[in-house]
Amino acid sequence: MTSTPRLELRGISHAFFGMPVNCDISLRVEPGEVLGLVGENGAGKSTLMNIVGGVLTPDEGRMLIDGDPYAPKSTGEARARGIAHVHQELNLFSQLSVIDNVFLTAYPRRWGVFTDRRKARRDTADALAQLELPFSPSTIVEQLSPGHRQMLEIVKGTLGSPGLIILDEPTTSLTSRETHLLFALIERLTAQGTSFIYVSHILDDVKKLSDRIAVMRDSALIDVRAEADLPVRELITLMVGRPLDSLYPDRAGHTPADVQAAPALRLDDVSATGLVHRATLTVDRGEVVGIFGLMGAGRTELARVIAGLDAADSGRIEVAGTDVTRLSPRARIAAGLAFVTEDRRGEGLLMEFPVVANAALPSLARWSGGVLAPLRRRSLRARVQAVTEALRLKATDLTRSPVQALSGGNQQKVVLAKWLLTEPELLILDEPTRGVDVGAQYEVYRTALERADAGTGILVISSELPELLGIADRIVVMRLGRIVAEYPRAQFDARIILGAAFGERPDEVAAGEAASIQIQGGV
Amino acid sequence: MSTTQKTAPPAAAPESARRVDGLHRFLAGEGFVLALIVVYVLAVSPFANGLLTERNAVNVLSNLWPLAIIVIGQSFVLILGGIDLSQTAVISVANTFGALFIAQTFAPALFSDTVFWGSVIGEEGGALSDAGLGGTVLAIVLTVAAGCLIGLLNGCAVAVLRMPPFMVTLGTMLLFGAVAIWMTRSENVTSLPPEYLAIGSTQGGGVASFLTLSMGVAVVVAIGAHYVLSRTTYGAWLYAAGTNRRTAVVSGVPHTRMVISAYVISAGLAALGSVLYSSRLGAGRPTLGDDMLLDVIGAAIIGGISLFGGKGSVLGAFLGALFFVILSNSLNLMNLPFHVVWVVKGLVIVAAALLDVGRNRLIGGRR
Repeated sequence: MTSTPRLELRGISHAFFGMPVNCDISLRVEPGEVLGLVGENGAGKSTLMNIVGGVLTPDEGRMLIDGDPYAPKSTGEARARGIAHVHQELNLFSQLSVIDNVFLTAYPRRWGVFTDRRKARRDTADALAQLELPFSPSTIVEQLSPGHRQMLEIVKGTLGSPGLIILDEPTTSLTSRETHLLFALIERLTAQGTSFIYVSHILDDVKKLSDRIAVMRDSALIDVRAEADLPVRELITLMVGRPLDSLYPDRAGHTPADVQAAPALRLDDVSATGLVHRATLTVDRGEVVGIFGLMGAGRTELARVIAGLDAADSGRIEVAGTDVTRLSPRARIAAGLAFVTEDRRGEGLLMEFPVVANAALPSLARWSGGVLAPLRRRSLRARVQAVTEALRLKATDLTRSPVQALSGGNQQKVVLAKWLLTEPELLILDEPTRGVDVGAQYEVYRTALERADAGTGILVISSELPELLGIADRIVVMRLGRIVAEYPRAQFDARIILGAAFGERPDEVAAGEAASIQIQGGV
Repeated sequence: MSTTQKTAPPAAAPESARRVDGLHRFLAGEGFVLALIVVYVLAVSPFANGLLTERNAVNVLSNLWPLAIIVIGQSFVLILGGIDLSQTAVISVANTFGALFIAQTFAPALFSDTVFWGSVIGEEGGALSDAGLGGTVLAIVLTVAAGCLIGLLNGCAVAVLRMPPFMVTLGTMLLFGAVAIWMTRSENVTSLPPEYLAIGSTQGGGVASFLTLSMGVAVVVAIGAHYVLSRTTYGAWLYAAGTNRRTAVVSGVPHTRMVISAYVISAGLAALGSVLYSSRLGAGRPTLGDDMLLDVIGAAIIGGISLFGGKGSVLGAFLGALFFVILSNSLNLMNLPFHVVWVVKGLVIVAAALLDVGRNRLIGGRR
């Protein structure tokens, strides 16, 4: 692979409002190579990829594709030169069909005028079959699961055999089976000479896929090394700039709390049609309970029912001793519930509002005598400042600059801060580290465990088993809307838990292992 | 990480970024409206005869107070991300309804066929016509209550039935506009008592002709609304609900109650504004609100209250109302034909909507 590189960057620099975000970056991607790109949030990865993908024009430096100068003025031009950029956010038209989404800008033509729908349909069906996607090309995108939508974005990217495909956090919504199918596809395409730049926070995936790994930190390219020369620990040290003892804070386990006190959460036979079926669960004070399950197992749905955002049809929900089954979300917050949702931008934050306004929102009642009584703004601001400092939030102006100017990790800290201000009895964290860099991940978990030590019950939903194994006292597994298994810390075994999520009974673990291996092999 | 980087200047922005930021804030803020007013007055004063005289100033102000109250009411709904088109119908219905109670006499030839004849009204006047000051106060309370009731209807339809605000209030606008006409068979209700006429009276002479009761009402409303929006939990909830409904609900904002209360406030303040208008007019007029929709919405948008929700202030609403009153007044003074006046007003509304889009793109909202 010493021939002409597929893509070469020479001294790329870029700045926003005078703030450098890419400093003098030089990088090569060989034909048929997977280059992993990692770094904390705000390190400049997305900016660099946007430059390569034609979204941004660099202030300085130049690029070459297969040895020819390359200076795209638009994404369309980048596409025409063989660069496909699959963004982290979905860019789909939810009211249109899969075919329309795939071909919207480049429908195949017949006689140069008429769109050739039959060919479009055939090509789409072929592409879907490659990834074993079980939906028809005429499905309306709205009806697809988040995982399938993400796969569709990838399908769009691979169409027309581009020479270089940029994948930016492609697996956040995928089930492990879909992830394996994606990895198999990447392998097939690289064998045919396609290059990839794979951007992700999931370091194991990056290690598994990449030939070489590039690490960015503080707008600069720190190092590029062969995958084999970069163990995860060193990768993290390079990304964070300081050694991090472990990904997760120590969890010695909790001592069973005062049995007199009501548990933080008690679910008794809770059902919500089509979402959750007969869930019974207790979270003690000071206990960290993890919920594991595959995409669509009903974990988020259960959390939303507990928070009062979706109605329970039957059963009883108690938060810190209060029966909240029929209460509004607001009354449940007053009873001690806090809910960090998985959708940070859509449900967690007011993106145009500053940190203080965001952090104060659920706890405003604490700072005034009533809805129309004056807010004690000074003490509120002081408290927000104290909490955000404890979370090591990096923001210069808490009262003026909007939270959308913050990095993903810092935004998540704001969401956490707003719930800490309510001093909750029960803290529900739904995928709290999705799209969050390692440093901030550590802070999020450290803070949650500190709350647990102070007596708050923690309910963590995560698709990443190692994360739950690292911090939970107990893991319950959900499948098809039901709680199917429960394991105390002493019985933690990744294979058994994974098997339960795939629907194997404990006595079938041996068989389950075989099945999950088969699934991992991508059939 | 994604797009967060390109959206805004992070920590310690350099001087150039800060200057751009300052410009954004000015364009979005009340200073811009004030500057617009000053520039406009200077620009048209040579052509509009008597624009800068004391008598005209009294006139402009007496038009400002009721409009400001109504625009402030509209702001509550706009901040929530809705729109209240029915304010004009509320103005028509409420002022006529209130006036019926306190009119001193009704001509049987005009009113004997109306629905209230023999119950609320008769040849000797309305039901409260003999009750003096107390009767007038009660009539005003009834006026505002009638408005609030219509607001309650709007609010419930939007919040509980989840209907689009535009359709709901368009419907109630037509419906209650017709009710206003039906109540008096389109007749004005005249012969109102002196206590009522005193509200909008500018007969004091000198400084006293500026310091009207209307002004007192408007100033109290403005200060109260400013306090509620900027200093209380209610205000914080309103902005949050108007910015991102889902985040607001997850964070415990009682969304349904916010929506209903905003529409009640909007209609209630429209009714209160209509009292000031009809007092100055000396009559309850069932077509009073007919041409006012553009003035109200236009003033709100010019004042920086975004049609997209989540943005706006009482001071902005007030200055927006002032701009529109001066605009109308100056166009009248220039003796322009009716259709030209409407062309200019229409253009100003379009410009205001453009300004709103531009502002949203400049400040924060680079979506």
